[in-house]
Formats: sequence, structure tokens, C-alpha cells
Amino acid sequence: MITLEFIINILSLGSLYAMLALGLVIVYGILRLVNFAYGELIMVGGYTMYLVTLYTPLPWLAVAIVAVLAVMLTSLFTELVAFRPVREKSLTAMLITSFAVSTLLQNGALLIISPRARAVTLPQIFQTSVMIAGTSVPWRNILTILTCILTLALLTLLLRRTVLGIALRAAADNFKMTRMLGVPANTVISTAFAISGIMAGIVSIFWIGRSASVTPTIGMPPLLVAFVATVIGGMNSLTGAVVGGFVYAITISLLGVILPPGMVEFREAFMFAFVIIVLLFRPEGLIRSKTSVERVG
Amino acid sequence: MKLAARLKPFNTPLTLVAAVLAIALLTQLLDISLLTRIVTVMFVSLMLVLGLQLYMGNSGILNFAHIGFMGIGAYTAVIFSMTPEAKLLTNSDLYPFLVPLHLPFLPSLLIGGLVAAALASIVSYPLMRLSDAAAVITSFALLVIIHVVLLHWDRVSNGPRTLFGVDNYTTLWVSVAFAVITIFAVYLFKESSIGLRLRASRDDRYAAASIGINMVVMRWLAFMTSAFIAGVGGGLWAHFITSFKPYAFYLSETFVVLAMLVIGGPYSVSGAVVGTLVVTAAREVLRGIENQVNILQLFPEGFFGFTEVVLSIVLILILVYRPTGIMGGRELHWPRRRQARSAETNQPENNIS
Repeated sequence: MITLEFIINILSLGSLYAMLALGLVIVYGILRLVNFAYGELIMVGGYTMYLVTLYTPLPWLAVAIVAVLAVMLTSLFTELVAFRPVREKSLTAMLITSFAVSTLLQNGALLIISPRARAVTLPQIFQTSVMIAGTSVPWRNILTILTCILTLALLTLLLRRTVLGIALRAAADNFKMTRMLGVPANTVISTAFAISGIMAGIVSIFWIGRSASVTPTIGMPPLLVAFVATVIGGMNSLTGAVVGGFVYAITISLLGVILPPGMVEFREAFMFAFVIIVLLFRPEGLIRSKTSVERVG
Repeated sequence: MKLAARLKPFNTPLTLVAAVLAIALLTQLLDISLLTRIVTVMFVSLMLVLGLQLYMGNSGILNFAHIGFMGIGAYTAVIFSMTPEAKLLTNSDLYPFLVPLHLPFLPSLLIGGLVAAALASIVSYPLMRLSDAAAVITSFALLVIIHVVLLHWDRVSNGPRTLFGVDNYTTLWVSVAFAVITIFAVYLFKESSIGLRLRASRDDRYAAASIGINMVVMRWLAFMTSAFIAGVGGGLWAHFITSFKPYAFYLSETFVVLAMLVIGGPYSVSGAVVGTLVVTAAREVLRGIENQVNILQLFPEGFFGFTEVVLSIVLILILVYRPTGIMGGRELHWPRRRQARSAETNQPENNIS
């Protein structure tokens, strides 16, 4: 049952989910904002790829880079116009704002482009496979794993070796204190949203790469995955997000194998029940962080 | 004079009910079938928004699961109100023990509400300890779970397919009656000792706990009541629309109800009423524009999503410039009187920065 193919599948899914979760957690860590508009960033990435390949003769790699940049800019823009003005008000206001931004982006795509799916052209490498130890492995999966390793390495470098990264980690730990020590709040938050956008942009390439098409509602499934993965891993920890992503990939794959045929469609319900249980009994997730004051009783 | 004095505490709900009745009468007199449909749906929405206000306004916690309980109420009520023949016609896979169940309209609605409330009471008790982001994620998780179950439990809900053949019992005046009852119920809840204790714990959980308020139990009672109202509202909606599928009880409906409450003002009953009226009117105008543009075929791919785009922009603007909504935590009175903005009705301080 557990073949090399199964393991590589899980590794590539886990890599994708880990990057997804990281993008959500980096904003949550600082603002305590669960960004409902995060899934729509992936949709923006998909439509950018579609539009750029349609109107320009750019090579695919350039298209992908443009897509990541466009997602990053969208993320920064939502922060600037929607989240920054309500940030000082209340957490509830910020959460409703993110829900509104999500609806806005989704229906904006519906309005400007089309309710119908749009095909995204992908390079040949996304469709071909390579033989490893007797099993055929899609290049897409290998690329996902390699990209994840590279992204995580770069992010670790950024967070550990640069002043901005250290400020970001300090802000996630204690935002008030960090601000008192002279770190400008807006810079830190913008950086977090930029990183979140880059993550969503990278994920969008591989997410869209699986279906080769984009619709206005494509952001919903990745958002749900990111929610579950971050809660399981621990909402306050970046390492936790990565762990959560892999745990999600393993659990959902195993559920697909273990559950009787009639129950497989309820997989998502099981995952979310798992989320509720984690929040109740281990609200800090698998990876503990310093503080967690969400529980009252 | 004596009567007036007695009615004084009920000034707000009576004012709101008067507004509802005036709209209903006007609709009845105009007798335009499109308008009657819009107003009937509006009163059903009003019931849902009031139910959401009951929990969110008093506890200060965002609840995404509300529409999920509406769905549970709708499917339950329909199973009881439809005739066995009609049920088998729309869903031949229905569990055999559900087929012979057949009750009149009102008991069916009541059972729908009770089932929603019972499920809410079981599921939510442990969740009531959570606040802030954790509470929001769990309520969102609850919505997703309810949606997935409705979507795939073919033998109860007809799966992702449309369930049709529901009798149309929800007339204008039925919806008015339920809206009126709900206004009184939600207002009385707010003024009750439970509502007061819940708001006390919302504003300062430690101070409230120190005087012996059990916040978890208070939240739980509110959540259950709110789910009951959502369940009955769902049943009403189902018997108006007569055919529906699980996607009706998911994120787009959640967005509409949330927008109504937040735009009107989540911290008062009047806010829920005002928000429902304003947003319904705005949506109908916007949808009219959308339809006109589609008829004229100005866009080759069609003109969809305009209503939601405008609504979400308005919602963001309200949150930026007037986060307590149109009503700002105050209640309506007739005749208008100057009311000092009390600290109690305003939003709890919950600053992040």
C-alpha cells in the first residue's frame, strides 16, 4: 500500500500545504487576523497567468514570476486599503473585513473576467513524468518539493539573518513591545502581507498546475486547507505551519485509503472536526508557542 | 395613561414592529407580485439577522455557523412537511423511516428549529470557551462540516441535487408574524438577565466572572436560542422558495446576513432591523441594474457579481468609518428622544495595536 509513489505524492502535497499554511500564519502571528481573502490570492495568481500568457509572448518562467509579483501586490494592496484602516478597531471588524475582501475579489473576477473557467497554459514539464526506482513520478511533484525546500530556506534566511526578519519575529512574539522599541508597525505588517502574498503566488502556480484552469471560486479549497493546517500545527508558530501542512497531507491521504468508500466524501468534515478538537484540547497546536490566550474557561 | 406607562419598556420593539407592519400593509395594498416576493424574503432574512444579532451582539463573538443551522432547520422542516409521495418523488434514496413522517406546516417549522437548537447545544457547549480567532475558526469549521454533511448525505438531503416539491406555505403575512415574534423575542432576550450577564462578560470577562457570571453557560444559552431562530427561519425560507440545494446555506448567504447585521449595527436589535431593510433595498436595486445590463448584453461574458462587489465595498467602508454600523449600538424610539450613548451599548475595546 505504501509505495514510493504514495510517499512522493504526500511529500509534494505536504510541501504545497506547508507553503500555503506559512502564508496564512505569517499574517496571523502579527495581527491575529485569520485572512479569509487568502484563498482569493491564489485565484489572482491564476488569472494573472491566464491574462499574461494570453496577451504577451513572455516565456513561462517569466509568466510565473509576474504572477507571484501580482499576488504579492494584491496582498499588499488589500492590507493598505482594507486592513490598515480597521486594524486599530477590533479583531471582529478585521475578520469581517477579510471576509468582505474575499467576496469582493471573488465577485470582482466574476464581473471583470467571466464566471466560466479559463484555461491556463502550462509548460511541458507539468505534464511529463520521470522514472524513479521503477515508478513514474510526475515532474510537477518533484518541482513542488524542490520549490518548497528553496522557499523555506530563503524564508529562514530572511527571518533569521535580516533586521526586517528579526523585527517580524519579534512582532509575532509581542507586537506592542516591538513597537515600543521603535519598529514601525506599518513596515512590519506590510512585510508580513508581502511574504504572505509571495507564498500564495508560489502556491497558485502549482495549485493551478494541477487543474490547468482557473475559476472565480478556486480560492476556497486552498483556504480551507490552510485553515486546517495552521490550526493543527499551531497558529503562532511558523514551524508549526510547515508541520501542519505535512500532517494535513498525510492525514487526508490516509483518510482516503482507510475510510470505507461511502465515507470518503466526508473527508473534509472529518478534517474540520479535527480542527475543532485541536482548538479545544490543544489550542496551541502541535508546536507550542509562547502565548495563547484565546481560551477563557 | 396607565397603558402607556406599561408599554414604555417595550417602546423599541413596538416601534420596530410598527415599521414592519407598515411595510407589510403597504406591500399588501400595492399588491405587486414581485414586491410581495421581495418583502416576504426580506422578513425571513430579518428573522435570520435577528437570530445572529442575538448571539453576536450580546456575546461580541463573530459566528459563521448561523447559516449552517438555517440549513439544518430547512431540511428538517421539509422532511416533516412534505407528503410521503412528494418526498419519494424528489429523493427516492430517503431513509425509509423518514418517508411516512408527515406533519402540518407549523409543527414542522418548530421541529426544524428544535433540531437545529439541539444540535447547536450538543456541538457548541465545548466551543463556548473559545474567544477571538479560535472562536471564529471553530464556527467557520462548523459551517464547513454542516455543509459537507448536507452535500453528501444523500439519504437525507438529496445530496448536491436540488430538492424540489416543497409546498409554498410561507406567505407575506406568515413571514410578518414570524418577524414580529422574533423582534420581541430577541429584544426580550437582550433585556433579560441572561442578555445582561452576557454583555457584561463581553465587556469585561474578568469583572463578570468575579461577580459570579458563568460566561460559558450564558454564551451557550444565547448560541442555542440563536440556532433555534436560524432553524425556524430556514424552514420558513424553504417553504417560500420550494426548491433548493445545500449551496443555498453556505458562504454567499453567510455574507449577505453578516453584511446586513454589520451595516445596520450588530450591537442593537434596531441595528439588525435597519440593516436588513437597507441592504435588501440596496441589493434589489443593484440586482435590477445587473439584470438590465445582462438584458442589453453589454458584456459578452455576462455581467455577474456586481451586487456583491458593491455590497462588499460598502461593508468595508462601514467597518472603516462607522464600525458600530448605522445604529451605532443605539435602539430606535418613538417618539424620538435624545439618548445619551451609554458605555454599555458600545463595542468592547479590543485593540490590537
